[in-house]
Amino acid sequence: MAVKSNLTNMVLVLGLTCLFCSAVLGGAYVLTKEPIAAAAAEKTNKAIAQVLPHFTDVEYNEEGRYYKATDGEAVVGYAIESTTVGFGGPLSLIVGVTPDGVVYNTSVLSHAETPGLGAKCTSDNKFMDQWRGFNPSVKKLSVTKDGGDVDAITASTITSRAYTLAVDNALKAFSVISGNSSVISSEVEKSNEEGGQDNE
Amino acid sequence: MKREDKTMSKFRLITDGLVKNNPTFVLLLGMCPTLATTTSAINGMSMGLATLFVLVLSNMAISALAPVVPDKVHIPVYIVVIATFVTLLQLLMQAFTPAMYETLGLFIPLIVVNCIVLGRAEAFANKHGVLESACDGLGVGLGFTCSLTVLGLVREILGSGSAFGWNFIGGHDGMLAFVMAPGAFLCLGYLMVLFNKLFKK
Repeated sequence: MAVKSNLTNMVLVLGLTCLFCSAVLGGAYVLTKEPIAAAAAEKTNKAIAQVLPHFTDVEYNEEGRYYKATDGEAVVGYAIESTTVGFGGPLSLIVGVTPDGVVYNTSVLSHAETPGLGAKCTSDNKFMDQWRGFNPSVKKLSVTKDGGDVDAITASTITSRAYTLAVDNALKAFSVISGNSSVISSEVEKSNEEGGQDNE
Repeated sequence: MKREDKTMSKFRLITDGLVKNNPTFVLLLGMCPTLATTTSAINGMSMGLATLFVLVLSNMAISALAPVVPDKVHIPVYIVVIATFVTLLQLLMQAFTPAMYETLGLFIPLIVVNCIVLGRAEAFANKHGVLESACDGLGVGLGFTCSLTVLGLVREILGSGSAFGWNFIGGHDGMLAFVMAPGAFLCLGYLMVLFNKLFKK
């Protein structure tokens, strides 16, 4: 390894190494581009299928970031992407709403919550199941600590609030999309800013 | 340019990485991914395997390149080589194991600055042949993988009451502290004591 350094060989070796490496990576990028896109698309499709009842066709609205699912002529529901800030970073959900304004189901697209605490929003059945058929006109959309009807994940109030807020935003988006203004929900936003003794 | 230990067998190189030069419990290298990704046995193992992949390939490439690399630019050249393999791994994981990529996320690109990888390049690969360097990478990589799996397993059992994702306490909470950072330090400390008691005279 004792090659004496001079300007020519330094420039040459480093330059060639970089050139070669970028060529390899360029090739790898082109080769993996399709599988990566396919994997991402599959993930989204799975998420939509999970949050909506059976549908045959789905149409993406780029501007509103929602999917409109139809079965034949009838609109089955909307799968709405919604992102809020959780404890560890952005918390992205997809919320399925049926045309009557009831949440069909929710699913987490990505999150950065603490494993074992906030990350339970993807595995805690008790927390996840309460979103199935959540009707915002009957139940109050905020965590119980803030006087609502959403049971927070143990020791993860901030994550639960963020999740609730994301659902709330999705429902607001839904009322705009469908022109159904009867869906007005609670004061999650306000309570989200209030302090108090909170765990995550 | 002296080749040390010509008699050192390939097998010996691999077992050295597992025990005598175990990167986690003996050399204490690569602590950032060790502490951060071992929240479960599977996560620890995946991180270990990802590092193993990079380590073997970068060791081989660097040992092949070393004779022509001028001394003053050897660190930049090594880093470029390592970064290439890491990016390659990142693309492959994104394409074929997207779920795992999401879990390990940030820690995959951080393999570039993992001191184990550059450490082996500096301490071993640039003085030895390609095959020996591959064995060394394999040994140290396996050592890292085993340590991370064990650490992850211990933390998973204590912290979430499950092993390799299989829950044995019926959906209850484990001792959450062990899934978080303090638990990582505690487990690492005790495992290190245990390891040194078992393998050091």
